Amino acid sequence: TMSDNAESPTEPQKEESSTQNVASDSGDTAKTGERKKIDVLLKAVGDTPIMKTKKWAVERERTIQSLAQFISRFLKLEPNEQLFIYINQSFAPSPDQEVGVLFDCFGSDGKLVLHYCKSQAWG
Amino acid sequence: MADDKDVLRDVWYGRIPACFTLYPDEVTDREAEPFYVRITNILYKMDKFKDLRPVVLNLFGAVTDCFFLQLLLPRVSYLMLVTDKVKKHFLKVVKAEDVEEMWFEYEGTPLKWHCPIGVLFDLHASNTALPWSITVHFKHFPDRDLLRCSSSALIEAHFMSTIKEADAFKHKGQVINDMQKKDHKQLWMGLQNDKFDQFWAINRKLMEYPTEDGGFRYIPFRIYQTLSDRPSIQKLFRPVSSEGHALTLGDLLKELVPDVISQDGDPKKYQVVIHGIEPLFETPIQWLSEHLSHPDNFLHICIVPAPSD
Repeated sequence: TMSDNAESPTEPQKEESSTQNVASDSGDTAKTGERKKIDVLLKAVGDTPIMKTKKWAVERERTIQSLAQFISRFLKLEPNEQLFIYINQSFAPSPDQEVGVLFDCFGSDGKLVLHYCKSQAWG
Repeated sequence: MADDKDVLRDVWYGRIPACFTLYPDEVTDREAEPFYVRITNILYKMDKFKDLRPVVLNLFGAVTDCFFLQLLLPRVSYLMLVTDKVKKHFLKVVKAEDVEEMWFEYEGTPLKWHCPIGVLFDLHASNTALPWSITVHFKHFPDRDLLRCSSSALIEAHFMSTIKEADAFKHKGQVINDMQKKDHKQLWMGLQNDKFDQFWAINRKLMEYPTEDGGFRYIPFRIYQTLSDRPSIQKLFRPVSSEGHALTLGDLLKELVPDVISQDGDPKKYQVVIHGIEPLFETPIQWLSEHLSHPDNFLHICIVPAPSD
């Protein structure tokens, strides 16, 4: 499934400086090569574990739900632990919303900043 | 001519007569199946459902009540918020071991509970006969197509998040974030309990803007297309042009879905539907945003194929 593949980024992780970490579905690499990706900056809130790699290149068509599954697996959260994703430190976009659409509306400086949290952080 | 305020009330009280039937495979009693078919045939032939009173109608009495249920659905609400009765009703005839999360389908399309009911109807069932025939399922939840909805708290969270997202377009989120918790609650309770005045007492603040700006920063809208498997379109769009004139629904469509506007002389291929009506393309988008937005503060625009005859 999508979420199983999401556990392994297609490119090896490097340290902070790396800008091209690819959060993608490994089964889909032929297609993803042509797809436009956007930069997503992931920031932890509260006691939610941080990800060493914060900046990811994400396909525009990827949904918030799929991205949340990716982060959950990356952080090795328990299956019963929830993960909330926020924009502008204010609202949780609909899980079926695509990252590219959110970038067009709420991105700034060429990237989309998303906060993630294990509990409901904002309203 | 009606006052613009009346429009808000008309939008709020928009109703769709719907007939819920249980997916045949999920009925306990196998012999019930042909019976169900016969009953729905009768139902389709009757043509008197257009002025249903806002109560639950059980048209054929005890004989039929296992198999279908008629309801008037508020256009601006959400399926999972107004279908407790449907659930209770059908659980009586479903095998207990078969009961998983309830979900709805119309002619093979799973219905997204997080879209307002009116949007689902306009998008999937415009130009079909009423009542809207919805199939109820308790098995085989289509995780690929639908979000799960475990509680009404989830609907509330979704609704409030959508309002906040809308306000991020309109006012950089400043109006909604300056409100108190109790104001947020009042918005939700107004929707949940179908209280127009309660809802609008707070919602009017979300509709304000500095007069000199001529409108919101950006218009929160979503465009849905029946013939597209892409999700809805959502972009930054200002209500006023850089030269200072009001932009219209037509301007928005021209920019985002140009194919929808038919050329002079060509037959109309699409209908652009909001709350079941086709607003004129010359209507200022700011006016539409203030008057025809759903309670979630988004202007939901459905593009559907024009009926061929």
